[in-house]
Amino acid sequence: MSEHTLLWLVVLGSIGATYAWRMLGAMLSRDVNPESAFFQWITCVSYAMLAGLIARMVLIPVGPLTEVPLWIRLTGMVVGLGVFFLLGRRVLAGVSAGLLVFIALVAYG
Amino acid sequence: MIDTPGKTYRQAARDALGFPALMLLASMTGFGSLARESGLTLGMALSTTAGIWGLPGQVALAEMHAAGVSALFVILAVSLANARFFPMAVSFIPLMRGGVRRYGWMFALVQLLSINSWAAGIRRFPEIAVQMRPRYYVAFAGICMLSGLVGTAIGFYGVGAMSRPAALGLIFLNPLFFAVLLAGTRAGPAITALLVGIPLGPIFHWLSPEWGLLATGLIGGSLAFWIHRLRGPCHE
Repeated sequence: MSEHTLLWLVVLGSIGATYAWRMLGAMLSRDVNPESAFFQWITCVSYAMLAGLIARMVLIPVGPLTEVPLWIRLTGMVVGLGVFFLLGRRVLAGVSAGLLVFIALVAYG
Repeated sequence: MIDTPGKTYRQAARDALGFPALMLLASMTGFGSLARESGLTLGMALSTTAGIWGLPGQVALAEMHAAGVSALFVILAVSLANARFFPMAVSFIPLMRGGVRRYGWMFALVQLLSINSWAAGIRRFPEIAVQMRPRYYVAFAGICMLSGLVGTAIGFYGVGAMSRPAALGLIFLNPLFFAVLLAGTRAGPAITALLVGIPLGPIFHWLSPEWGLLATGLIGGSLAFWIHRLRGPCHE
């Protein structure tokens, strides 16, 4: 098998393995009552997973972000969230501020 | 109450065009350039964006392939990085399944689910009639997917044209945007779940990179649910 074919298999296999979670979710959702305790619980599970994922991406990144020092990643995040709350929950302001500080620190820090 | 197709599509376009579309364009530009650096073709990069449709898993694929990890382990790692789609689907589909005549549609619609559309739906659905909710979701998520594909292509061809700090900034944009998006949550149990998940995520990842995220969700989510059991729902 050529390298090219193998890589396509990895891509398609990953797509299938990801869709499996979505499909399982759709199968289970058919009979779930949005008012039920189970629904509330699995919503909490989603939020905890997303928060854990974001914290992991910042604290223990994989890929290109590993070349950025931890303090710069943390500063970008703190500035972004800080501006978001200080300006009355403005998403655009928070994200822009965090991103600009991050890029400036990577360039000149 | 938003109860006609016209109003629904306009609301979805208003919510998606602008910030979410811009974020996806930018962050998928980061992925496109990473994909090219990792040796993927444009076709593979676009398939990955449309097929996996979740940046952490996409980045894991490109990274691990570039690092020479064997095929089966790459697939396993990508799958586990995307396990969140299971609880996300179960906490989302029941809110809009009343809007389709045949439930089978949900098996197609669930492919468009991402943090963006999940958060937008949970926020906006209370104002939208149940019959109109699938339209809102498809329009919103469709715009997001289109922006993501355009971004992937731009990044794929634009790699090298960008300065390194800017390229790294695009990748950092993801956790930053998700953090701000979720920080806007106002429901008590959801906030507790977020606060519990933040320390558990890195700790469990350190204990087990494969199963860390699942454990974070199950243990952190259950803890938040239990704390608020008698005080109110985990939903806005």
